[in-house]
Amino acid sequence: MTLQHYLVISAILFTLGIFAVLTRRNAISILMGIELILNSCNLNFAAFSRFMTPPEDISGQIIAIFGIVLAAAEAAVFLAIILAIYREFGSIRPNEVDTLKG
Amino acid sequence: MEFTLKTFIFYGFALMTVASALIVVTVRNIVHAAFSLMVTLFGVAGLYVFLQADFLAATQVIVYVGGILVLILFGVMMTSERFDMPIQVKGHIERGQLLLGGVIALALLMLLLTVIANTPAWKNLTDDGTELPPTTERIGELILNGPFLLPFEVVSVLLLVALIGAALISRKEVRD
Repeated sequence: MTLQHYLVISAILFTLGIFAVLTRRNAISILMGIELILNSCNLNFAAFSRFMTPPEDISGQIIAIFGIVLAAAEAAVFLAIILAIYREFGSIRPNEVDTLKG
Repeated sequence: MEFTLKTFIFYGFALMTVASALIVVTVRNIVHAAFSLMVTLFGVAGLYVFLQADFLAATQVIVYVGGILVLILFGVMMTSERFDMPIQVKGHIERGQLLLGGVIALALLMLLLTVIANTPAWKNLTDDGTELPPTTERIGELILNGPFLLPFEVVSVLLLVALIGAALISRKEVRD
Protein backbone atom coordinates (compact mmCIF):
# COMPACT_ATOMS: atom_id res chain seq x y z
CA MET A 1 0.00 0.00 0.00
CA THR A 2 1.28 3.43 -0.88
CA LEU A 3 0.35 6.84 0.45
CA GLN A 4 -1.57 7.49 -2.74
CA HIS A 5 -3.97 4.61 -2.07
CA TYR A 6 -5.09 6.29 1.15
CA LEU A 7 -5.21 9.72 -0.45
CA VAL A 8 -7.46 8.46 -3.26
CA ILE A 9 -9.88 6.82 -0.79
CA SER A 10 -9.90 10.03 1.24
CA ALA A 11 -10.52 12.17 -1.86
CA ILE A 12 -13.49 9.98 -2.84
CA LEU A 13 -14.97 10.23 0.67
CA PHE A 14 -14.49 14.00 0.66
CA THR A 15 -16.16 14.37 -2.72
CA LEU A 16 -19.12 12.21 -1.72
CA GLY A 17 -19.52 14.30 1.43
CA ILE A 18 -19.51 17.53 -0.59
CA PHE A 19 -22.07 15.99 -2.95
CA ALA A 20 -24.33 15.08 -0.03
CA VAL A 21 -24.06 18.56 1.47
CA LEU A 22 -24.90 20.17 -1.89
CA THR A 23 -27.83 18.00 -2.95
CA ARG A 24 -29.55 16.59 0.13
CA ARG A 25 -32.85 18.06 1.25
CA ASN A 26 -32.78 16.84 4.82
CA ALA A 27 -30.61 18.38 7.53
CA ILE A 28 -29.67 14.97 8.95
CA SER A 29 -28.46 13.78 5.54
CA ILE A 30 -26.34 16.93 5.38
CA LEU A 31 -24.89 16.05 8.78
CA MET A 32 -23.96 12.63 7.39
CA GLY A 33 -22.17 14.36 4.51
CA ILE A 34 -20.24 16.52 6.96
CA GLU A 35 -19.25 13.40 8.90
CA LEU A 36 -17.90 11.87 5.68
CA ILE A 37 -15.82 15.01 5.05
CA LEU A 38 -14.42 14.98 8.60
CA ASN A 39 -13.59 11.27 8.26
CA SER A 40 -11.67 11.91 5.07
CA CYS A 41 -9.66 14.65 6.81
CA ASN A 42 -8.81 12.35 9.72
CA LEU A 43 -7.79 9.59 7.31
CA ASN A 44 -5.45 12.03 5.57
CA PHE A 45 -3.89 13.06 8.88
CA ALA A 46 -3.25 9.43 9.84
CA ALA A 47 -1.91 8.54 6.38
CA PHE A 48 0.51 11.48 6.24
CA SER A 49 1.61 10.71 9.78
CA ARG A 50 2.41 7.14 8.73
CA PHE A 51 4.21 7.86 5.48
CA MET A 52 5.74 11.34 5.69
CA THR A 53 7.19 11.40 9.20
CA PRO A 54 9.55 9.05 11.05
CA PRO A 55 7.68 6.08 12.58
CA GLU A 56 8.11 7.26 16.17
CA ASP A 57 6.39 10.58 15.39
CA ILE A 58 2.64 10.10 15.83
CA SER A 59 1.54 13.73 16.01
CA GLY A 60 -0.75 13.26 13.01
CA GLN A 61 -2.69 10.55 14.83
CA ILE A 62 -3.19 12.86 17.81
CA ILE A 63 -4.49 15.60 15.51
CA ALA A 64 -6.90 13.01 14.08
CA ILE A 65 -8.09 12.16 17.61
CA PHE A 66 -8.75 15.85 18.24
CA GLY A 67 -10.64 15.87 14.95
CA ILE A 68 -12.86 13.04 16.18
CA VAL A 69 -13.54 14.96 19.40
CA LEU A 70 -14.50 18.07 17.44
CA ALA A 71 -16.76 15.98 15.19
CA ALA A 72 -18.55 14.64 18.27
CA ALA A 73 -19.08 18.15 19.67
CA GLU A 74 -20.24 19.37 16.26
CA ALA A 75 -22.72 16.51 15.88
CA ALA A 76 -24.21 17.17 19.33
CA VAL A 77 -24.74 20.88 18.66
CA PHE A 78 -26.00 20.20 15.13
CA LEU A 79 -28.65 17.79 16.37
CA ALA A 80 -29.69 20.16 19.15
CA ILE A 81 -30.21 22.87 16.55
CA ILE A 82 -32.13 20.41 14.35
CA LEU A 83 -34.45 19.54 17.25
CA ALA A 84 -35.06 23.22 17.98
CA ILE A 85 -35.79 23.90 14.30
CA TYR A 86 -38.13 20.91 14.12
CA ARG A 87 -40.05 22.15 17.13
CA GLU A 88 -40.32 25.62 15.60
CA PHE A 89 -41.06 24.79 11.94
CA GLY A 90 -42.29 21.18 12.02
CA SER A 91 -39.79 20.30 9.30
CA ILE A 92 -36.04 19.96 8.95
CA ARG A 93 -35.77 20.63 5.24
CA PRO A 94 -33.29 23.49 5.03
CA ASN A 95 -35.11 25.29 2.20
CA GLU A 96 -38.24 25.63 4.34
CA VAL A 97 -36.42 27.33 7.19
CA ASP A 98 -36.44 30.78 5.64
CA THR A 99 -37.67 33.19 8.31
CA LEU A 100 -34.62 35.40 7.81
CA LYS A 101 -35.09 35.49 4.02
CA GLY A 102 -35.49 39.06 2.83
CA MET B 1 3.30 -4.92 -5.51
CA GLU B 2 2.66 -8.62 -5.09
CA PHE B 3 -0.87 -9.66 -4.33
CA THR B 4 -0.91 -11.00 -0.79
CA LEU B 5 -3.67 -11.61 1.73
CA LYS B 6 -2.87 -8.24 3.28
CA THR B 7 -3.46 -6.30 0.08
CA PHE B 8 -6.62 -8.31 -0.51
CA ILE B 9 -7.97 -7.27 2.89
CA PHE B 10 -6.87 -3.68 2.30
CA TYR B 11 -8.79 -3.50 -0.96
CA GLY B 12 -11.74 -5.11 0.77
CA PHE B 13 -11.79 -2.35 3.38
CA ALA B 14 -11.28 0.33 0.73
CA LEU B 15 -14.15 -1.01 -1.37
CA MET B 16 -16.38 -1.32 1.70
CA THR B 17 -15.68 2.29 2.68
CA VAL B 18 -16.22 3.80 -0.75
CA ALA B 19 -19.26 1.70 -1.71
CA SER B 20 -21.10 2.33 1.53
CA ALA B 21 -20.29 6.06 1.38
CA LEU B 22 -21.81 6.05 -2.11
CA ILE B 23 -24.94 4.44 -0.64
CA VAL B 24 -25.01 7.09 2.12
CA VAL B 25 -25.22 9.93 -0.38
CA THR B 26 -27.61 8.31 -2.87
CA VAL B 27 -30.19 6.21 -1.00
CA ARG B 28 -33.51 7.90 -0.31
CA ASN B 29 -34.41 6.23 2.95
CA ILE B 30 -32.53 8.11 5.65
CA VAL B 31 -32.41 5.16 8.07
CA HIS B 32 -30.71 3.06 5.39
CA ALA B 33 -28.28 5.93 4.88
CA ALA B 34 -27.47 5.98 8.61
CA PHE B 35 -26.78 2.24 8.70
CA SER B 36 -24.66 2.53 5.57
CA LEU B 37 -22.72 5.29 7.30
CA MET B 38 -21.97 2.77 10.04
CA VAL B 39 -20.32 0.49 7.46
CA THR B 40 -18.31 3.45 6.17
CA LEU B 41 -17.09 4.31 9.65
CA PHE B 42 -16.07 0.69 10.27
CA GLY B 43 -14.22 0.70 6.96
CA VAL B 44 -12.30 3.82 7.92
CA ALA B 45 -11.45 2.19 11.26
CA GLY B 46 -10.06 -0.76 9.31
CA LEU B 47 -7.91 1.58 7.23
CA TYR B 48 -6.60 3.10 10.47
CA VAL B 49 -5.55 -0.39 11.51
CA PHE B 50 -3.64 -0.71 8.24
CA LEU B 51 -1.91 2.58 9.08
CA GLN B 52 -0.88 1.00 12.41
CA ALA B 53 -2.93 3.56 14.32
CA ASP B 54 -4.55 1.15 16.75
CA PHE B 55 -5.72 3.69 19.32
CA LEU B 56 -7.19 5.85 16.58
CA ALA B 57 -9.11 2.87 15.18
CA ALA B 58 -10.54 2.06 18.61
CA THR B 59 -11.49 5.70 19.14
CA GLN B 60 -13.16 5.77 15.74
CA VAL B 61 -15.32 2.77 16.57
CA ILE B 62 -16.20 3.96 20.07
CA VAL B 63 -16.91 7.62 19.33
CA TYR B 64 -18.34 7.46 15.81
CA VAL B 65 -20.18 4.15 15.76
CA GLY B 66 -21.06 4.15 19.44
CA GLY B 67 -21.79 7.84 19.83
CA ILE B 68 -22.35 9.96 16.76
CA LEU B 69 -24.25 7.32 14.82
CA VAL B 70 -26.64 6.69 17.71
CA LEU B 71 -27.09 10.45 17.96
CA ILE B 72 -27.94 10.61 14.24
CA LEU B 73 -30.48 7.77 14.51
CA PHE B 74 -31.95 9.49 17.56
CA GLY B 75 -32.28 12.69 15.51
CA VAL B 76 -33.99 10.77 12.70
CA MET B 77 -36.52 9.33 15.11
CA MET B 78 -37.18 12.66 16.83
CA THR B 79 -37.79 14.53 13.60
CA SER B 80 -39.66 12.00 11.45
CA GLU B 81 -42.54 13.88 9.94
CA ARG B 82 -45.18 11.17 10.29
CA PHE B 83 -44.93 8.04 12.32
CA ASP B 84 -47.14 5.89 10.11
CA MET B 85 -45.14 6.58 6.97
CA PRO B 86 -41.68 5.35 6.05
CA ILE B 87 -39.13 7.96 7.02
CA GLN B 88 -37.98 9.31 3.71
CA VAL B 89 -36.48 12.41 2.29
CA LYS B 90 -39.63 13.82 0.82
CA GLY B 91 -39.83 16.44 -1.86
CA HIS B 92 -37.85 15.22 -4.84
CA ILE B 93 -34.48 16.79 -5.38
CA GLU B 94 -34.59 19.34 -8.13
CA ARG B 95 -32.85 18.06 -11.21
CA GLY B 96 -30.81 21.23 -11.62
CA GLN B 97 -29.49 21.09 -8.08
CA LEU B 98 -28.56 17.44 -8.51
CA LEU B 99 -26.78 18.19 -11.78
CA LEU B 100 -24.92 21.19 -10.38
CA GLY B 101 -23.90 19.30 -7.25
CA GLY B 102 -22.71 16.36 -9.34
CA VAL B 103 -20.67 18.58 -11.63
CA ILE B 104 -19.04 20.41 -8.72
CA ALA B 105 -18.29 17.15 -6.90
CA LEU B 106 -16.83 15.53 -10.04
CA ALA B 107 -14.68 18.59 -10.79
CA LEU B 108 -13.42 18.55 -7.21
CA LEU B 109 -12.62 14.84 -7.46
CA MET B 110 -10.71 15.36 -10.70
CA LEU B 111 -8.74 18.22 -9.13
CA LEU B 112 -7.87 16.17 -6.05
CA LEU B 113 -6.87 13.09 -8.08
CA THR B 114 -4.68 15.24 -10.35
CA VAL B 115 -2.94 16.77 -7.36
CA ILE B 116 -2.48 13.34 -5.73
CA ALA B 117 -1.07 11.82 -8.92
CA ASN B 118 1.31 14.68 -9.70
CA THR B 119 2.82 15.75 -6.38
CA PRO B 120 6.43 14.52 -6.48
CA ALA B 121 6.87 14.37 -2.70
CA TRP B 122 4.02 11.88 -2.35
CA LYS B 123 5.29 9.39 -4.89
CA ASN B 124 6.82 6.01 -4.11
CA LEU B 125 6.04 6.11 -0.41
CA THR B 126 5.35 2.44 0.25
CA ASP B 127 4.35 0.79 3.48
CA ASP B 128 7.43 -1.32 4.21
CA GLY B 129 5.42 -3.61 6.48
CA THR B 130 7.50 -3.05 9.59
CA GLU B 131 5.42 -3.53 12.70
CA LEU B 132 5.44 -0.55 15.01
CA PRO B 133 4.85 -0.78 18.76
CA PRO B 134 1.33 0.01 20.02
CA THR B 135 0.63 3.72 20.07
CA THR B 136 -1.61 4.06 23.13
CA GLU B 137 1.18 4.65 25.65
CA ARG B 138 2.94 7.23 23.49
CA ILE B 139 -0.33 9.06 22.79
CA GLY B 140 -0.97 9.25 26.54
CA GLU B 141 2.52 10.59 27.08
CA LEU B 142 2.19 13.21 24.36
CA ILE B 143 -1.25 14.38 25.45
CA LEU B 144 -0.90 14.44 29.22
CA ASN B 145 2.81 15.09 29.60
CA GLY B 146 3.95 16.67 26.38
CA PRO B 147 3.33 19.23 23.67
CA PHE B 148 -0.38 18.41 23.33
CA LEU B 149 -1.35 19.23 26.91
CA LEU B 150 -2.69 22.69 26.10
CA PRO B 151 -4.77 21.56 23.06
CA PHE B 152 -6.13 18.74 25.22
CA GLU B 153 -7.31 21.18 27.89
CA VAL B 154 -8.78 23.53 25.27
CA VAL B 155 -10.66 20.63 23.66
CA SER B 156 -12.03 19.54 27.03
CA VAL B 157 -13.35 23.05 27.68
CA LEU B 158 -14.82 23.07 24.17
CA LEU B 159 -16.58 19.76 24.84
CA LEU B 160 -18.07 21.20 28.03
CA VAL B 161 -19.26 24.28 26.14
CA ALA B 162 -20.79 22.11 23.39
CA LEU B 163 -22.51 19.93 25.99
CA ILE B 164 -24.06 22.87 27.82
CA GLY B 165 -24.94 24.60 24.55
CA ALA B 166 -26.62 21.50 23.11
CA ALA B 167 -28.65 20.98 26.29
CA LEU B 168 -29.64 24.65 26.34
CA ILE B 169 -30.67 24.78 22.67
CA SER B 170 -32.66 21.56 22.61
CA ARG B 171 -34.57 21.89 25.88
CA LYS B 172 -38.22 22.74 25.91
CA GLU B 173 -38.88 26.39 26.50
CA VAL B 174 -40.28 27.06 29.94
CA ARG B 175 -43.14 29.54 29.68
CA ASP B 176 -44.30 31.32 32.77
